[in-house]
Amino acid sequence: MSADPGTIAVGGTPLALGRSLVGLWPIGAAFAAFVIVWKLVVVVSGLPEFILPAPEVVGARLVEAWADGTIAPHAWTTFVEVVLGFTLGAGFGLAVGYALARSVLIERFLSPYLVAAQAVPILALAPLLALWFGPGLLAKVVICGLIVFFPLTIATMVGIRSVDRGLLELGRSLRASRRQVLCTLEIPAALPAILGGLRVGVTLAVVGAIVGEWAGADRGLGVLVNLARGSLFDIPLLFATLATIALLGIACYVVVVLVERRLVGLR
Amino acid sequence: MTARTGRLVADDIRVAFRPAQRNAAPAIALDGLSLDVGGGEIVALIGPNGCGKSTFLRVAAGLLRPERGRVTLDGVGVTAPDPRIGLVFQEPRLLPWRSVADNVTYPLELAGWSRERRAARLAELLPVVGLEAAAALRPVQLSGGMRQRAAIARALVLAPDVLLLDEPFSALDALTRERFNLDLLGLQERTGTSILIVTHSIPEAILVADRVVVMTPRPGRVAAEVRITAPRPRSLALLDEALTSRAAAEIRAHLELGEPVG
Repeated sequence: MSADPGTIAVGGTPLALGRSLVGLWPIGAAFAAFVIVWKLVVVVSGLPEFILPAPEVVGARLVEAWADGTIAPHAWTTFVEVVLGFTLGAGFGLAVGYALARSVLIERFLSPYLVAAQAVPILALAPLLALWFGPGLLAKVVICGLIVFFPLTIATMVGIRSVDRGLLELGRSLRASRRQVLCTLEIPAALPAILGGLRVGVTLAVVGAIVGEWAGADRGLGVLVNLARGSLFDIPLLFATLATIALLGIACYVVVVLVERRLVGLR
Repeated sequence: MTARTGRLVADDIRVAFRPAQRNAAPAIALDGLSLDVGGGEIVALIGPNGCGKSTFLRVAAGLLRPERGRVTLDGVGVTAPDPRIGLVFQEPRLLPWRSVADNVTYPLELAGWSRERRAARLAELLPVVGLEAAAALRPVQLSGGMRQRAAIARALVLAPDVLLLDEPFSALDALTRERFNLDLLGLQERTGTSILIVTHSIPEAILVADRVVVMTPRPGRVAAEVRITAPRPRSLALLDEALTSRAAAEIRAHLELGEPVG
């Protein structure tokens, strides 16, 4: 029993860090399996490089394109769109979600439009928004914000509604002000639900930025995907761009998860 | 000590709840309930299920406005939640994301006390409820009994003149419950607050109370008052004395029982 190093309780941080890194091995294993299967498909099928390039070809192109500055400016543009759009959409989502949770009138008034707006695919709205807001940053931020807004609104509404009525009565018996109820009861109680909404929202934010770029832009990872497939006809670069988009999504998601651990991990 | 504070008087309280259907008669929870808790006294309120005990406690705490009648504390009307009144609910209602210490001082935080004053008050209060070692724990890490202790500490933190308890120990096992009843007596000695405790247990009522008030079934009002003459400090041996069985018989006679109690 004592031979199992994973269960030795030592308070030191290096060991704790080592343990949490050891705990990440399934992620590495899954990645390795993915690459191996990919390579096998390439070898067995004999598909040409312009249909399915081998993983090492894509890997090399990814490194090269980052090193020679092909990807970086596009990635930076998309990153800025994601951050601004996510912030905008999440901000509005929190406010509207709270209003929906606390006012039946507002809910009856707004929810048909919210659902209708959500039912229209963002892909269909993007050209219109690009027409209205121009080819610059603004249109992408709006598209990104719109796609983030809905899940955040719903998550906030559900979270605020889930606050224990007993706790609200406690607050009332202690003469808590409206603001105190919000800050000490409603927000902490709704936080797990809101953070769940943020997880969904942040990945959708990346989708929104790419869709926005497709509808008209001169820079961004969505533009680079089109360039690599079209005029450049550089399929390994296309795959390298897709990998960059995926990494951007994963990075944003990890940030949200870390914030979540920080805020509610101790419960 | 001069004239003791904490005299809670309820006079001719009537509470009716609006019915679900428009034409149905309103449900009358309390009708003509009058009750008096003297300064430093412990009164137990006992009655069959659904007789309006908890409803009355909400009225006394200023959470529910009666249709008729009024509640006063030391001559001043109680019409809204009042810092002179401490309320303990049937469930602990602790904030799960806060430590025991932060739960106990939560009312002080809402009232705008500084961090230093809060810490000083906490250090004073935790030994009274026996939670010194649990200050940094979260509610999920506590036993049911410790959670209810924390809830009682929270109700006491603003040094109220009267403490209202709504079946506070009903979720605890019988042994823990008896110990908590004795602890409650000790607490009263140390803090001097008046206590009104709602219960459906006859032994609990006899063990803690100076006076047991028996309520009628709905609409609730006072059916009888039984004085418990046993001196304080009390011990569990009281439960075996003849006085207890006489008081219990008297209480039982007054309870118009639809179902067994305690």
